[in-house]
Amino acid sequence: MSEATVNARPENTAFDLWEVFVRARRGLSHQHVGSLHAPDAEVALRRARDLYTRRGEGVSVWVVPAGAVSASDPGEKEPYFTPARDKEYRYPTYYELPREVRGL
Amino acid sequence: MTTLAGTGTGTRSRFEELIAADERVEPRDEMPDAYRASLIRQIAQHAHSEIIGMQPEGNWLTRAPSLRRKAILLAKVQDEAGHGLYLYAAAETLGVTRGELLDALHTGRQRYSSIFNYPTLTWADVGAIGWLVDGAAIVNQIPLTRCSYGPYARAMVRICQEESFHQRQGYESLHTLAHGTASQKAMAQDAVDRWWWPSLMMFGPPDSASTHSSKSAAWKIKRHSNDELRQRFVDLCVPQAEVLGLTLPDPDLRLDEATGHYRHGEIDWSEFKAVLDGDGPCNRQRMERRAAADREGRWVREAAAAYHAKRKGGVPT
Repeated sequence: MSEATVNARPENTAFDLWEVFVRARRGLSHQHVGSLHAPDAEVALRRARDLYTRRGEGVSVWVVPAGAVSASDPGEKEPYFTPARDKEYRYPTYYELPREVRGL
Repeated sequence: MTTLAGTGTGTRSRFEELIAADERVEPRDEMPDAYRASLIRQIAQHAHSEIIGMQPEGNWLTRAPSLRRKAILLAKVQDEAGHGLYLYAAAETLGVTRGELLDALHTGRQRYSSIFNYPTLTWADVGAIGWLVDGAAIVNQIPLTRCSYGPYARAMVRICQEESFHQRQGYESLHTLAHGTASQKAMAQDAVDRWWWPSLMMFGPPDSASTHSSKSAAWKIKRHSNDELRQRFVDLCVPQAEVLGLTLPDPDLRLDEATGHYRHGEIDWSEFKAVLDGDGPCNRQRMERRAAADREGRWVREAAAAYHAKRKGGVPT
């Protein structure tokens, strides 16, 4: 291929990235399954169906613009999440019960 | 364990700790540049293989012997396109764009699996590809579902689930031919004769000569050596060939009673190298077809981009 064709690919970078969520069955929540590029929500939904549900993997699909997702900082993981683990009394295993008690 | 990121200070980076604990690395984690580059190379080559891999079998879509076989083959080729998309999406989480990766494919800076440079001469080749080529791919890919990079591992889980159908449909098709007329059986045998050795080459050079393996193993991208995986494949195939009633084209193939493994004959690595270097039977044809598909589909991408710009209220370029 010539260099001219090689560098002319603005059409791909222009598309937004969408995150795809699929509900496997009624009664379950939607789960993240992957991402795709699409020009708008309608096309993103159609592509999500073709790409992620070819074998009946779901009964409902969500697509969310990747830019709309706010995420915690992976570098801040320790200070952000550890405090909850310090509070052992929040876990049922913290409590010592008489051996003979049942149904607790 | 050895130092991975070359810090040399004796303190382990967060990345090294994740790898040591056998946890997954996710896109926003810090990672050594060499790890990132190695993953981009591997995932891109894998993605390219999926979309180039549509060509040899696509060759038979219009000539499948029955509507049933045609529907199956269409579903399989569609899966390969889907696999390419999962993998390009996984590579994009490492900071490259799909356009850059496709350009690298089109200019020969990145490669695809050399197996797809062999021609599909008869209908039986479709069966042989399903059984042997997809079978080898599954053996290669199952350990990748546990690879250290999360998005790649997750893509591989989906791909492995779908590959199982690919392999079984191929085996069924070959089995039908092998139990048909004498000429159908001969056609099946001929296909197996031609695809066996290239399938063994899919696992890459022997461990003694592999350039990427040691680092990939330390980073837990690759969990088994090329030779280990090749051995696993051979051990699976020999009894499967017996059930087909077909032979594998290797006079040196024999069961090693002591280990229970089947030992295969010498692989012709000069052929592997020649195909990798561009001199396989179909290298030029595959790249020309890819370039033509890219060219012919361009107006669609441009129309979609113009529509996108219009919806966003901007001016289409």
